[in-house]
Amino acid sequence: MELILIFISAAIVNNFVLAYFLGICPFIGVSNKLSSAFPMGLATTFVMLLTAIVTWLIYHLILVPYDVVYLQYVSFILVVASLVQFVEMFIKKVSQPLYRALGIFLPLITTNCAILGLALFIVLKDYSFVQAIFYGLGAGAGFTLAISIMAGIREELELANVPRAFQGAPITLIVAGLLALAFMGFAGMISV
Amino acid sequence: MDLNFLIAIATMGGLGFVFAGALAIADKKLRVEEDPKIAQVNDALPGANCGACGKAGCYDFAVNVVNGSVPMNGCPVGGQDTVNDIAAILGIEAGVATKIVARVLCRGGNIEAAQKMVEYRGPQSCATMHLVSGGSKLCQYGCLGGGDCVDACTFNAIHLNENGLPEVIDDLCTGCGMCVTACPRDIIELHPADREVFVFCKSHDDPKTAKEVCDVACTGCGICARKSDGGVIMEDGLAVIDWDNFDPDKIPFDKCKNSAICFLKDAYKQHVEEEAAKEAAPAAEVTDEQKN
Repeated sequence: MELILIFISAAIVNNFVLAYFLGICPFIGVSNKLSSAFPMGLATTFVMLLTAIVTWLIYHLILVPYDVVYLQYVSFILVVASLVQFVEMFIKKVSQPLYRALGIFLPLITTNCAILGLALFIVLKDYSFVQAIFYGLGAGAGFTLAISIMAGIREELELANVPRAFQGAPITLIVAGLLALAFMGFAGMISV
Repeated sequence: MDLNFLIAIATMGGLGFVFAGALAIADKKLRVEEDPKIAQVNDALPGANCGACGKAGCYDFAVNVVNGSVPMNGCPVGGQDTVNDIAAILGIEAGVATKIVARVLCRGGNIEAAQKMVEYRGPQSCATMHLVSGGSKLCQYGCLGGGDCVDACTFNAIHLNENGLPEVIDDLCTGCGMCVTACPRDIIELHPADREVFVFCKSHDDPKTAKEVCDVACTGCGICARKSDGGVIMEDGLAVIDWDNFDPDKIPFDKCKNSAICFLKDAYKQHVEEEAAKEAAPAAEVTDEQKN
């Protein structure tokens, strides 16, 4: 039960994008088409899950026993960078069109603060290994949810008669703000 | 202290080694062989990623050219030089790239188009004029003369002439279509450079209104459509050329009272003549306008 709560908390109530405002760059950058936004969400989820697992192991099996916790930032970034590199190779192998559609935003997952934020939150909240996995899955699901909703809205916006001054980035940021407002409705429902 | 230092180095070094090893294995397993020609073609392209070819960018175009799914002359911006380069890389005979240029399909400049009773004094940008009041010309379809297309052009290929109409310089125009996007009234279109005849009007007004608001409007009489054997079709009170069936020899140019459909070379000539006539008899012109 607690694990489900952690999942829902990370996915909806404390959504990384819409409540913590982490990972805005791909959220705006890759959300113009659902067909590339959803795979981007899945790629990020995959990286988040692996990050949660690997950083938990590194933190609790290496950093804490040897008393070098101050290395957490640099070692976590090392983990994230390597995982993103791996995901990039994997996607390039599996789907060339998807690789081109994600473009620069795929390597940019490396600097996506949502991933590093996830690793640091796990340390901060002192989760157990299983809890960390569910937290990573929830955060990834939340990111996928947010970017997919955004892409769906932006696909509809393509057909709408938006005044020229608001076309492109401005209307996207307004939509993002409204979405964040809507997600504020969940605030405080679960406090895990 | 020294021990801590060593532990830190060992930790980071060890982690680095493990990840580097994992990545090296992954690289071997997941390596994708890419045709080196794609990179070469990509280098030969202009690299503006403008999307004028219809692909997602220059790299996407290069991939498709190497696959053969897109013709070598598909890049309108690069022109003949690029086609020759790509042909050299692929070892195929170069085709001829059709030059695409922008065409301004409105001749209603400040002289021809009737002005409103009020004067527009807002920002001189077409987007604003179109949004706010429609500028100072009565016609709701024609050129606003604000010069958004001029600003949009990165190749300095468009300028506003003294009549307030945009003129395209064919030699500088690359057919990228930036001006087409910039124009809020969709007056500018991209056409192959060898097309000579156009309907220089976008007005869907009824004949009476069209005549009142502009001297060179298409009134939608349909005479060109009837004579053209399907080369010109009428769409909601406007003659539109169907380029697949078009034959300029069948068009009765002298029957078009406003010369809305005419040769490109005459489009600007007529304006020059009118300008000359106006200079010769400025007084007569003014009285004419007052009568109207």
